[in-house]
Amino acid sequence: MSKINVKDKDIVVPGEVLAVGMDSFPGIGTYRGGENIISAMLGLVQLDGRTIKLIPLSGRYIPKKYDTIICKVTDVNMSGWRLDINSPYSAMLSMKEATSQFIVRGADLTKFYDIGDYVVCKIINVTSQKLIDVTMKGMGLRKLKGGRIINVASNKVPRLVGKQGSMVSMIKDATKCDIMVGQNGLIWINGGPEGELLAVNSIRKIEQESHLSGLTDRIKEFLDKNKPKFTNDNNEKTIKK
Amino acid sequence: MSNILREHIIKLFEANTRLDGRELDEYRKISLDVDVINTAEGSARVLLGETDVIVGVKVEVMEPYPDTPDQGSIMVGAELLPLSNPDFELGPPGQEAIELARIVDRGIRESKCLDFKKLCIKEGEKVWMIIIDIVTINDAGNLPDASALAAIAALKNMKFPEYKDDKIDYKKKTSKGLDLKDIPLSVTVIKIGDKFIVDPDSDEEKAIDARLTVASLSDGTLCAMQKGGDYPLTAEDVSKMVDIGVEKGKELRKLVK
Repeated sequence: MSKINVKDKDIVVPGEVLAVGMDSFPGIGTYRGGENIISAMLGLVQLDGRTIKLIPLSGRYIPKKYDTIICKVTDVNMSGWRLDINSPYSAMLSMKEATSQFIVRGADLTKFYDIGDYVVCKIINVTSQKLIDVTMKGMGLRKLKGGRIINVASNKVPRLVGKQGSMVSMIKDATKCDIMVGQNGLIWINGGPEGELLAVNSIRKIEQESHLSGLTDRIKEFLDKNKPKFTNDNNEKTIKK
Repeated sequence: MSNILREHIIKLFEANTRLDGRELDEYRKISLDVDVINTAEGSARVLLGETDVIVGVKVEVMEPYPDTPDQGSIMVGAELLPLSNPDFELGPPGQEAIELARIVDRGIRESKCLDFKKLCIKEGEKVWMIIIDIVTINDAGNLPDASALAAIAALKNMKFPEYKDDKIDYKKKTSKGLDLKDIPLSVTVIKIGDKFIVDPDSDEEKAIDARLTVASLSDGTLCAMQKGGDYPLTAEDVSKMVDIGVEKGKELRKLVK
């Protein structure tokens, strides 16, 4: 007879036995060890019929097809660019996917993207061996100029973006910054000094309180409270792009 | 170092502000605790923003160095724990750890605030050796200043153990401490572009052109300097940086009681 040891939305740690018996199935973030279903990560339990799944609360970014991510160019080679995608795996941007422009054989590829540049790109393929191909063709995919990059845990990104981007647009409106959120946890912010600082602080707050309910209201309050400081002579201190 | 971060830092400097909204010559929040380790003769913990450093002071009785038979000495070691920064590796101390230890060592030694002759027990045979160990708990930038501050606070609050019949009883502490004439403090002044800042965070530390650690006494006497970074400094730069260093040192000195 099988037994489930956890309830929905329980927090579990790696190694915890979630269920005993063959009636339940291991889902994402869990594995079967003999009769037991064991947790592989720190996460929230989600019981989905007979499947036990975990919503990860920690861990690095694992690339997924069609994710839009922000990455850093780490190498330039003969046929394209190697990118650091804030994950255990690196991605490859081939010449074909980088630009629709004609590139002559042997051209200096650093003219397009150089080591240390940040780009916004989209994952077009992830193989079972985690070889990752990305593209720069698409809306909003480009090289980033100016601004700063900050890092959040990739599993907090959905909370940061909010429903249909509500959270991030709220921050954008309040801080008058351009913000771009990569699924891999890198965030690009560009605006005036005070606005940027407020954006960074509110993102840090979201990161810390993402597991609590009523987050949107608290962030709205936080933004309102800190807003006046920044609206004063904002134009004067805004850095020209 | 990514190009856009450096450019951004310099742009913010033009507007007289920084990534975290501080003034150019403003330190992060500093907190200083003393006597944090029971088994050490003296200890201190400094929190500088998110940077966290613990310093422990131990004493030993040793034979003096042959060239200074009537003097004790100090020995500073730094350990950069791999947990404190992803760039730190296990193993023998690297360049950074050695430099950090030397900055702290020289700041204290060359200030002459500690009379090594008073550490002598019997000339040519026995002297006190003061061992200062720096351990980084978290590196969020500016380890030299945090370490130097913790080291001097630990020294100031250390108490000798009981010493009887050529034996040290570490379990019994006496009321005798070190006689410090002054509080030498180190301030690291950073040059990025043509601006000078103090107390860099980890991002700013990656963008450093040049840095100068300035150790000074309360009356502004310069004790030691250490230059780092890839770019040269002009004589004018150095004197500006020394002025900032001495000025900020006075601020930090208020924390050491």
